[in-house]
Amino acid sequence: MTFIAKPKFHHPALPKNDLGLTHRDYEGSVSTLCAGCGHDSISAAIIQACWELDLPPHRVAKMSGIGCSSKTPTYFLGQSHGFNSVHGRMPTVATGASLANRDLVYLGVSGDGDSASIGLSHFANCFRRGVKLVYIVENNGVYGLTKGQFSATADIGSVSKAGAPNTDEPIDLVSLAILLGATFVARGFSGDKTQLVPLIKSAINHRGIAFIDCISPCVAFNNHPGSTKSFDYVREHNDAVNMLDVIEGRDEILADYDQGDAIDVTQHDGSVLRLRKLHESYDPSDRLGAMDYIQNRQAAGEVVTGLLYLNESPGDLNDRMKTVDEPLNALSERELCPGPDALDAINAGLR
Amino acid sequence: MRVNDFVVKFANVNGSGSASANRLFARSILRMGVPVSSRNIFPSNIQGLPTWYEVRVSQAGYLGRRGGVDLMVAMNPQTFDADIGEIEAGGHLFYDSTRPIQASRFREDLSVIGMPITRICAERYSDIRQRQLFKNIIYVGALAELLGIEAEVTADLVRELFKRKAKLIEPNIEALDVGREFATRELAGAVDLAIERADAVGDRIFLEGNNAAGLGCVYGGATVAAWYPITPSTSLAEAFERHCRKYRVDPDSGKNRYAVVQAEDELASIGMVVGATWNGARAFTATAGPGISLMQEFIGLAYFAEIPAVIFDVQRGGPSTGMPTRTQQSDILFCAYASHGDTKHVLLFPDDPAETFALSADAFDIADRLQTPVFVMLDLDIGMNEWLCEPLTWDKDRAYDRGKVLSAEDLEAAREFGRYVDTDGDGIGARTYPGTHPTRGAFFTRGSSHNRYARYSEDGADYVENMQRLQRKFETAKSVVPAPVIKRAGERTPFGAIFYGSTAPAMAEALDSLSALGIRLDTLRIRAFPFHDDVAAFAMEHDHVFVVEQNRDGQMRALLINEEGLDPARLTPVLHYNGTPITARFITAEIVRLCRELGSTKDAAE
Repeated sequence: MTFIAKPKFHHPALPKNDLGLTHRDYEGSVSTLCAGCGHDSISAAIIQACWELDLPPHRVAKMSGIGCSSKTPTYFLGQSHGFNSVHGRMPTVATGASLANRDLVYLGVSGDGDSASIGLSHFANCFRRGVKLVYIVENNGVYGLTKGQFSATADIGSVSKAGAPNTDEPIDLVSLAILLGATFVARGFSGDKTQLVPLIKSAINHRGIAFIDCISPCVAFNNHPGSTKSFDYVREHNDAVNMLDVIEGRDEILADYDQGDAIDVTQHDGSVLRLRKLHESYDPSDRLGAMDYIQNRQAAGEVVTGLLYLNESPGDLNDRMKTVDEPLNALSERELCPGPDALDAINAGLR
Repeated sequence: MRVNDFVVKFANVNGSGSASANRLFARSILRMGVPVSSRNIFPSNIQGLPTWYEVRVSQAGYLGRRGGVDLMVAMNPQTFDADIGEIEAGGHLFYDSTRPIQASRFREDLSVIGMPITRICAERYSDIRQRQLFKNIIYVGALAELLGIEAEVTADLVRELFKRKAKLIEPNIEALDVGREFATRELAGAVDLAIERADAVGDRIFLEGNNAAGLGCVYGGATVAAWYPITPSTSLAEAFERHCRKYRVDPDSGKNRYAVVQAEDELASIGMVVGATWNGARAFTATAGPGISLMQEFIGLAYFAEIPAVIFDVQRGGPSTGMPTRTQQSDILFCAYASHGDTKHVLLFPDDPAETFALSADAFDIADRLQTPVFVMLDLDIGMNEWLCEPLTWDKDRAYDRGKVLSAEDLEAAREFGRYVDTDGDGIGARTYPGTHPTRGAFFTRGSSHNRYARYSEDGADYVENMQRLQRKFETAKSVVPAPVIKRAGERTPFGAIFYGSTAPAMAEALDSLSALGIRLDTLRIRAFPFHDDVAAFAMEHDHVFVVEQNRDGQMRALLINEEGLDPARLTPVLHYNGTPITARFITAEIVRLCRELGSTKDAAE
C-alpha cells in the first residue's frame, strides 16, 4: 500500500490566506518518494505558491504522466481533481481538459523521461498550440522508478552511479520550449525554493502556456560526484539570471526601483512580475538572445536559472480556436444540438 | 432490354476529375426515381493510378454490390484489358475510340460502343485542363442519352452542383449536350440497358457514412474532436468541423461551441479525447486500424479509469499499412479487446449511413452512461461511399444522457463520495467533473490499480473487486447497447445467418437469390458488442449458422465463440476479404456451396 493519508490536525495559529485556508489545506497525502528527493521540495513550492495566490484548490486540475515526478500530484492539493495518465502523454490530456473547461488552472507535472523521451512530440506540440497549462518538468536526468538509467536530459560526460559516462547529446528542454512557442519559460532548482515559488506563482498567472524546467536531483540514483544533476553540481554552477517577485494587485506597483536593476511586467490578471536582474545583459523578452545565452552558458557547464523568456502578450489555444467564453463542458443540448428542423433541411439537400 | 437493373462500372485514372462526373451520373438515375448504390474503388495515390466507380442500378432496391458488370466505361488504357475481362457475357463496352484499338483486344460476345471522346474534346477545347475535365462530362452526357436519362434531370443536377460557381453551369450543360448529340447521331440503339422513370426512391437520401457520423457527433453534443489524418476516416473529422461551422457558432458572439484539434499523432488524439471527457465535455476521435494500434494504451486507461470516449474506426484493409483505400471488417477482435490486461469494449456496428448518424449520436450517451470507450465500427464502404438510405431523424425532445455525474448540490446532500463505489449494483459509480465543489467530490484518476475511493492500491482484494465490478458493468452494457435485428424466413429452417455492418445490403439481395434457389435462412444482424442475449439464442435455434463477414479470420465468429461459448461447429464462416465490398453473388455462391457440402456430409453420416 502506498497511499498514506496525512493527519488533519495542525497548529491553531497557522496563518490563513484570503480564502481562510491554511497551508495544510493545500497539502495532499504523505509522499512516498525517497527521503530528500528534490521532487518533494517542488511539491512544497507548489503548495506555497497556490496558498499565496489564494487559489481555490478545487479550481486546479493536476495532470501528470508516469514516473516519480508524475506521482507527486498525489502529494499536493488533495482537494483538487488529479489525473495520473499515460507515460509521456500528459500534455495531450491537458490539451483536451483545457479545451473542455477553459476556466480551471491546469498544473501539469512531468519528468525528463516523460517529456524528453517518450513524450517529446507532445511536449513540443503543446507549446506550438499554446495550451493553457503550467508545465513543470521535474528534471533529474535519470529514470528513478526503474532504478537509474540515463534520461535524454543527461549531459554528455555525466556519470551514472555505477560510473559509466553518458555519451548521448542532452535535450535542453528550456531551449526547445522557447523555440516551439512557449510564452513563459523558466528554469528553477528544487534546492532554491526562494527562486522557485515566485516562478510557479507567475507561471500560474500567465495566460498562455508556461514551462518550468526544474532541476530536481535524484537522491537515490543521480546525486553523486560526476553527475551534473546533483545538488552539489547545480549549487556550484547555478547561473541565476534574475530573481522574481510576484506583486498582486495594481496598487502595489508604486514601489520604486532602479531602472536597470528591475523590470516590472504586468501579467494579464493584473499581477505584476518584478524581475530583479542579476545579469545586466539578460533580457527575458529577447527570444533569440535568451536561447543564445542559455546555449553558451550550458556549453560552459553552467546551469542557467530564472525567468528565461516571457512573451508579454500571450494567448492560449482556446483563444486561437475562438471557443465561447463559457466552458464547453457546461453547454447542453440547447446550445449544441441543431434539432430536427435543421435535419429536415439537411435531408432535403441530399436527394 | 434490361430496365432499371444493371451494373455500370467506370474505369478511370485518378486525379482526372472523373469522380464528380461519375457521381453526376449516379445521382441522375436517382432523380429518375430509380435506386442506385455507388462505390468508389480508388488507389492510395493522388494522381495517375487506376480508379473505378461502380454504379448498381436496382429498381428492386438492392443496394449492395451484385458482382459483375453490364456496361464498362473503359476510360483507362492501363486497365483496359482487365476491365474488358470483367464484363458479363453479352454485356457492353463503352470506350474512347480516338485511337484505333486492335480488334483482338475486344471480346466477341460484347457489344462495343466507341466514341472518339478525346478527339471531340481536342476539337472543341483549346485549354488542356478543360479537355480533360469536359471529357468526363461528355461521356456522362452520351451515357445518359443512351440509357434514357432525361436531359432536364442531368441539367438540373449540374445547376445544383455549381450553385456557387455559376459560370461553370453553362459550359457543363453544353458538354453534356455534346455527348447527348453524339449518342443520338452515332450510337442510337447501341445498348439494351435502359433507365425508365420510376417511383422507387421515395424520400430516401444519398449520403456518405463519414458525413453522417460527423453530423451525428454534432447532434450528439460532441464539443471536442481530436484526430490525425488517416484514410478512410479523414472525411469524418472534416465533416464534423464543416457542420460545426454551420451549426455551432454562437450567433451573438461569433465564437465557437466546439474545438477541433488536428493532433500530432493518434496517441495525442485519444489523449485529448480522454482529457476532454474526463473534464466533462463530449469528445471523439476518428481513425482507422493503424490509429487504433497507436491508441491501445490510452484505451486501456479509459477502460480501467472509467472515462467515456467515442472512437470511430473506419476500417480498411489490414494488417500493417495494408490496403489503405480498400474496405474490410478486420478490426473486430482487436477493438473488442483493445489494450493490455483484461479489457473489453463496447462496439457499435451501423449498417448504413442513416444508422451511422443515429448510432454516432447514441454512442455519446452510451459512453457517458457506461463511463467507458465506445467504438463506432464503420468501414471504408460505408464511410466513403454514398449510400441510398432513410432520411435522418431526431426527436426534438431528446436530452443528452450524461450518466451518473454529481453536481455540487448532489455532493452537499451525499453522505460520502467514492468514485468507484457501486451503489446501484450495475457496476457504474458516480463521477464528478473537476472544479465542482470546494471540498467534496475530488478524486484522483489513475491507470494504476485503485480502490473504490480511487486511491492507489496494490491490495489484491481491491484489485479483484474492481475487476469484477468492471465485468458487472459490461453485463449492464448489454441492456444499454442496441439490440440485434432478427428476420425470420417465414418457415422453420435449420439455417441461420449472422452478419453486421456494410455486409447488410449484399446480404439482403443474397437472401432473395437463395430463397429463389430453395434455401431459406433466418438472419440476425449484430448491432453491438457486448452481445445481446438474443444472439446466442438465435445461434442455438439453428443447426447451421453462417457468419458472413469481411475479414480472413472470421473475427466476429471468434468473438461469438469466445464470449457466448458457442460450439464452433455450429458457426460456419463466410468470408470475403479482397478489399472490395462483399457482393450478393459471393454470399449466394458460398452459402449454396456450403449447404451442398453440409447436405453431402449429412448423407454420408446417415
